[in-house]
Amino acid sequence: MSVSVTLTVNGRSVTRSVEPRTLLVQMLREHLGLTGTHVGCDTSQCGACVVHLDGRSVKACTVFAVQADGASVTTIEGLAAADGTLHPMQAAFREHHALQCGFCTPGMVMSAIDLVKTNPAPTERDVRVGLEGNLCRCTGYHNIVKAVLAGAEAMRPPVVPAAE
Amino acid sequence: MTKADGIGASVKRREDFRFLTGRGTYTDDIDRPGQTHAHILRSPFAHARVKSIDVAAATAAPGVVAVFTGADMAADGVKGLPCGWLIHNKDGSPMNEPAHPPIVIDKVLHVGDQIAVVIAESRAQARDAAELIEVDYEEMPAVVDAVAAQAPNAPQVHGDAPGNLCYDWHLGDQAATDAAFARAAHVTKLDLVNNRLVANAMEPRAAIGEFDRATDEYTLITTSQNPHVIRLLMGAFVLGIPEHKLRVVAPDVGGGFGSKIYHYAEEAIVTWAARKVGRPVKWTADRSESFLSDAQGRDHSTHAELALNQDGTFLGLRVSTVANLGAYLSTFATSIPTYLYATLLAGQYTTPAIYCEVKAVFTNTVPVDAYRGAGRPEACYLIERLVDNAARELGIDRVELRRRNMVPASAMPYQTPVALQYDSGDFHRNLDLALPMIDYDGFPARRAEAAQRGKLRGIGFSTYIEACGIAPSNVAGALGARAGLYESAEVRFHPTGSVTLFTGSHSHGQGHETTFAQLVADRFGIPVDSVEIVHGDTSKVPFGMGTYGSRSLAVGGSAIARAMDKVETKAKKIAAHMLEASEADIEVKDGSFTVAGTDKSLTIGEIALSAYVPHKFPLEELEPGLDEQAFYDPKNFTFPNGCQVCEIEIDPETGVSEIVKFVCADDFGRVVNPMIVEGQVHGGLVQGIGQALMENCVYDARSGQLVTGTYNDYCMPRADDLPFFAVKYHEEALCTHNPLGVKGCGEAGTIGAAAAVMNAVVDALSALGVHHLEMPATPQAVWQAIRAARPSQAA
Repeated sequence: MSVSVTLTVNGRSVTRSVEPRTLLVQMLREHLGLTGTHVGCDTSQCGACVVHLDGRSVKACTVFAVQADGASVTTIEGLAAADGTLHPMQAAFREHHALQCGFCTPGMVMSAIDLVKTNPAPTERDVRVGLEGNLCRCTGYHNIVKAVLAGAEAMRPPVVPAAE
Repeated sequence: MTKADGIGASVKRREDFRFLTGRGTYTDDIDRPGQTHAHILRSPFAHARVKSIDVAAATAAPGVVAVFTGADMAADGVKGLPCGWLIHNKDGSPMNEPAHPPIVIDKVLHVGDQIAVVIAESRAQARDAAELIEVDYEEMPAVVDAVAAQAPNAPQVHGDAPGNLCYDWHLGDQAATDAAFARAAHVTKLDLVNNRLVANAMEPRAAIGEFDRATDEYTLITTSQNPHVIRLLMGAFVLGIPEHKLRVVAPDVGGGFGSKIYHYAEEAIVTWAARKVGRPVKWTADRSESFLSDAQGRDHSTHAELALNQDGTFLGLRVSTVANLGAYLSTFATSIPTYLYATLLAGQYTTPAIYCEVKAVFTNTVPVDAYRGAGRPEACYLIERLVDNAARELGIDRVELRRRNMVPASAMPYQTPVALQYDSGDFHRNLDLALPMIDYDGFPARRAEAAQRGKLRGIGFSTYIEACGIAPSNVAGALGARAGLYESAEVRFHPTGSVTLFTGSHSHGQGHETTFAQLVADRFGIPVDSVEIVHGDTSKVPFGMGTYGSRSLAVGGSAIARAMDKVETKAKKIAAHMLEASEADIEVKDGSFTVAGTDKSLTIGEIALSAYVPHKFPLEELEPGLDEQAFYDPKNFTFPNGCQVCEIEIDPETGVSEIVKFVCADDFGRVVNPMIVEGQVHGGLVQGIGQALMENCVYDARSGQLVTGTYNDYCMPRADDLPFFAVKYHEEALCTHNPLGVKGCGEAGTIGAAAAVMNAVVDALSALGVHHLEMPATPQAVWQAIRAARPSQAA
């Protein structure tokens, strides 16, 4: 048995016929070829599969594709501008050497962006606690925390003097 | 002065763009046309006889292409997985080396052992069908602890390894060591366990096998740190495929930490099965499967004794270790508790007599092999714990005791009593750098302030040394290595002056695409973006040994330097011809070839063009082209070293330890990219901190079940467990025997950190009378130690 699932992925509407047990991350990777979203565990602990579902970060290994039917999904592939300009958070990760093997990176970046949306001026502690659901085995988190603090700064809208 | 792209510059990583935009290509991201999916049925028992396997229902299940058992592979001539290092017993006899079939024949030896493989149209169908395989097991008693496995009545893991013994090995001068203890004024003794760990690279292992009937060629795409080694082992020993008909590709690999060095059963299974079913076969591990099938690390039980004079001078070190090797010999398992462990027991000290004996034991657990540091963290941990306890027992400041016994820089090169010769190092300098970073003098005040808040504050040192860049091949061969340990490089200038650099090293997070390009940029004055790094494909790269043991820059980088020497030598001859000068008059600087004392000059780009369009070229003396290859075999190990200091605060009510400060001052020799080196240190530290405070791989003693088989149970360090780190390094004791002066940095953090953390924990608890605590010092363990200690204090 298959069911039809329609998603708006990175701004593009897509419809695929999938088994009901298909996870959102499987639909993205195996049916849509978006392999930037990774699978690092099977207990929803590592966060390598984090995407944005209707604007909020979710672990795509813990959502069935059918549950996302009709929703809008942003993956790591959808962050940079068409001309290749990186999202400020992506740029901050590169600037601060916040990635080594790159495997946790997509989920880490997606979580970090959601963290900053909810808390535009996080402290170091806020970032550390906010990234508690994302495992990285390479960086010791040092440079990731620095990058997220810098990315938050870069994402903050410039303070415009009140017009009178 | 550091050039913008050259050695010493923190060039931003060139590999980052693809990883940050989801364009990395890891093995599981690859799909091959006509691909099938493999699911491996694994044993639910730690030790059982397999009386029968019925695959009929599974074979008939929807989407199933084939089901294979160990008998099918054996009938087809498939051999067992080889061990790459032969260790000899004390009496000179060779170690026991039991069979290691890719899929078991009649006995399972650990939970997760391979029983059968199902190949189907989809991963889900393969998994569903595996549920239909009926296996009749006769369960047998299991043993998981290495010390217990030596008991007279212990279950026997292998029929041909009596007493579960792989080898009983030793190193050092036993008589001299015993004599040192006989005249010692003080002996510090310690029993300690180096807890078993799981490497947990974030990318689970995966493999795709392919067979091309038209050419008889096999391809294996795999999550490997060393594709040529896999090609050699699998081709020559397991499947009998000639190397020219086997291509092994390791694309982007998501971390390794040792666990992706080895040749694994799944690689042989998918490669063999691809020919059987006539289609590509893909396998990707679930994380739960990784816990049951990736080689694990550490697992030593040790008794150690340090003999000292009254003034604290170290006289002798005596060590007896039982090492758990798991159920089978993983590729390099046997070398870890021997030549990568006992040889490091001098540490940074002048201890004149050392004797170490190691019994390596089989148990019904997942095989154990190198995990980041591999033997050296175990050595460092026991030395540094002994030194701290000795300082406390003798009432000597722990920094002072270290200083009194450190090998002085003036004594380099220094021959240790355990085989190694340190070529360089300034250990006092590391301490001089680290002490102000931690403000050691201010510690008593900080401890007093913490006490006012009801907290126990401790400080712990770890002055570590490691042997990296493994190793001169002839030395390794004499010690039992069944492989060479050189590295390869090819520097190919193109006609328009850009470069493709082929390296036998493999990057799985280390940033070779940046660091190696910097070497070329530095030598030839071209931008890093004009240098492409190719690695991880046996069809493209000369035979290389891959990446482990912090060897990429020390050995692989040295091979690159040698290949660049050859390019430069040839370019000089070409330049002399083109400029109508004598070769002796050509001066080379930053890629410019100038006739001395003139303004006649050519760039390397102009010379490359001439080499490929050889119109004005000394064809009678030189071949066209500018493409040179080198194999570099190191003259010695390299010896990175440093000083790590951890300051910790313990809440006695909860047992929770908080690392309030962690500093390190290291000597990695010449540093090419400081940003990348610091990143390696950070990551390494956290793997050591993880071992000390949270990580522990636990098997149930009765059933042999892996208790910590998921991230819900195996405690991985997370961002909120950790502080920022302060990292410094100096370049004042360069490696003396490789062309770049580099030592390696990949494992240093891990090698030192567990000792620094545990010394801090014990220091914090020492006022309560606690003088040792096993790792991991979880809140529960610390809390219990405090509760156990307090009654005696009150009494």
